[in-house]
Amino acid sequence: MRSISFNQIQSKNPLTNMYLGSFLLAISIFDVLIYAFFNTNILSFLPSKLSTFLPLVLGFIGLGIIRMEYSGIAILDKLNKNINTNNFNALLTLLIIFALIKATPPSLSWMIFDANISGDTKEACTGTGACWTYIKVWFKRFMYGMYPNDLHWRINSAFILVIALGFVGYFFKENMKKYLALYYVIIYPIIAFLIIYYLISGGSFGLVWVETGAWGGLSLTFIVSFFCLIFCFPLGMILALGRRSNLPAVRYISVGYIEFWRGVPLITVLFMSSVMFPMFLPEDFFMDKLVRVIIAITLFEAAYCAEVIRGGLQALPRGQYDAAKSLGMGYWKMHIFVILPQALKLVIPGIANTFLALVKDTPLIFVVGLAEIAGMLALAKTNPKWLGFAMEGYIFAAIIFWIICYAMSKYSYNLENKYKTER
Amino acid sequence: MSDPIIKIENMNKWFGDFQVLKNIDLSVEKNKKIVVCGPSGSGKSTLIRCINRLEEHQEGTITVDGTELSENTKNIEAIRAEVGMVFQQFNLFPHLSILDNCTLAPIWVKKMPKAKAEELALDHLNRVQISDQAQKFPGQLSGGQQQRAAIARALCMEPKIMLFDEPTSALDPEMIKEVLDAMVNLAKAGMTMIVVTHEMGFAKEVADEVIFMDEGMIVEKAETKEFFANPKNDRTKLFLSQIL
Repeated sequence: MRSISFNQIQSKNPLTNMYLGSFLLAISIFDVLIYAFFNTNILSFLPSKLSTFLPLVLGFIGLGIIRMEYSGIAILDKLNKNINTNNFNALLTLLIIFALIKATPPSLSWMIFDANISGDTKEACTGTGACWTYIKVWFKRFMYGMYPNDLHWRINSAFILVIALGFVGYFFKENMKKYLALYYVIIYPIIAFLIIYYLISGGSFGLVWVETGAWGGLSLTFIVSFFCLIFCFPLGMILALGRRSNLPAVRYISVGYIEFWRGVPLITVLFMSSVMFPMFLPEDFFMDKLVRVIIAITLFEAAYCAEVIRGGLQALPRGQYDAAKSLGMGYWKMHIFVILPQALKLVIPGIANTFLALVKDTPLIFVVGLAEIAGMLALAKTNPKWLGFAMEGYIFAAIIFWIICYAMSKYSYNLENKYKTER
Repeated sequence: MSDPIIKIENMNKWFGDFQVLKNIDLSVEKNKKIVVCGPSGSGKSTLIRCINRLEEHQEGTITVDGTELSENTKNIEAIRAEVGMVFQQFNLFPHLSILDNCTLAPIWVKKMPKAKAEELALDHLNRVQISDQAQKFPGQLSGGQQQRAAIARALCMEPKIMLFDEPTSALDPEMIKEVLDAMVNLAKAGMTMIVVTHEMGFAKEVADEVIFMDEGMIVEKAETKEFFANPKNDRTKLFLSQIL
């Protein structure tokens, strides 16, 4: 005889169990749904304490009944394996489902049904929900900062040019492939810098000079992230190699550099770059604040990059070094053709991680008076005409950052898959 | 008697406090095939890794093709370019196709034009009978095929000497033969070879001399026939009785 346990009901016919369990689960979810959306308690005829907990109890029993070793029904097996493995998990699953249902109506009505988007002033926002008018009115500021409105085309065209040049590598002919790294590491950053300098800064070719203090918003986020990313990667690579070098001087300098920059907070580095650094310069020497900030972030993030890349170098078997050496390759040839291609492939997830952190660190440049998108937000919410809309602004910024970071992380997955097949 | 192409005199090597090689004296003449055998940990691999300076020796001298191995990196790279090496774990470059594995060093170390390097590589891949795998990546090949590709890769540098560090020890029994066949062909073509191996059949077939090492010392060095028929040292006798 088999013993029958209450929470592991065995049945010769899994379908019966499934229908019964699903029915109970459906009742419990239906009740919560009705209560959340229409504020009607269909179980109100029961004592109040019971009617509050009944959905949870019903759902719990329902999940308990449909839980079985193997049913042959794909969707049910998947459900059991992932969110219904034992009583505790079933309870958590139910609580999460209920919480999501409960949270949906208020957030939907705040973001959409009770929200306003028409009009140009604060007075247009009459609803109880979000005031998207605020975002609409300030949108250009969030994108371009204090850059003059009629000159925005300069930022747009500079970005389009820089992005277009970034794709040039795809069109390299086979015999040009060996110059690819040279192009991306040296030529491309220089061209990009010149484009941004002459188009966005202006001052020559009949373009009005716009000082970097006026730059801001999302475009500044992009500029800072872009230059920091392309400069910190090669620098990190050199530091990683330096830390593993046989030459004591090179090794100690690299270790010292990495440990120094990893040991200080980015915010103090930024302060130093804008407050202390100019004091050490000769009086007639001028370096733009934005340039100093970009250099500071680059030096800072390069230390993190170096450690990630070093992880990849250490993961390679010693045999790869032996084989390259035994073929007569020197240090640089060995690293360029054998070691780095493999090591960098291994560290794509780690590098993506560092780069995402870098992009999300850019709002810190607010401390030296540069206002990228989060900085513009902080300025806009203190505008006397538009007080009290911080929530909308932060949600807007969060969505923008999430889109940027999600795109980057998707791209890194693609890179991983692209290079995975070869091993 | 011609001048020896490899000459090792009074060589000592330590790993930390542990002496792995003791008073090694060895000279190898051109076109000779030497098999090195001995129990594991006896220093066989370390000895041949010293010959192209994958390991540094602390005392004594090693002269390869008239150049003494020293701190001078240019010398070392020049010697490595003419001493091919085949490893136990193949050590092919997994991110490059077999053909690129073979052409990488000729193109970048010997500055050979790409077309010529590819022609040479296909020629050597043909010799080890895997020219049809040239476009595949190492991970797609069997162990025996990978090891033959590694031999072809070393040959593409047109070395004067080939070192084999237990080339068949990581292979399935049925793949050992294909690798040994490739090595026998190479030996018959007149290559100078130093082979660390436990394959005594191979030693009997191609070796001119066999060296038996134990505890970092060369215990016995003899002509192949003499070595197997009439070993002098007790440890050699014991070793041979265990593996034959």
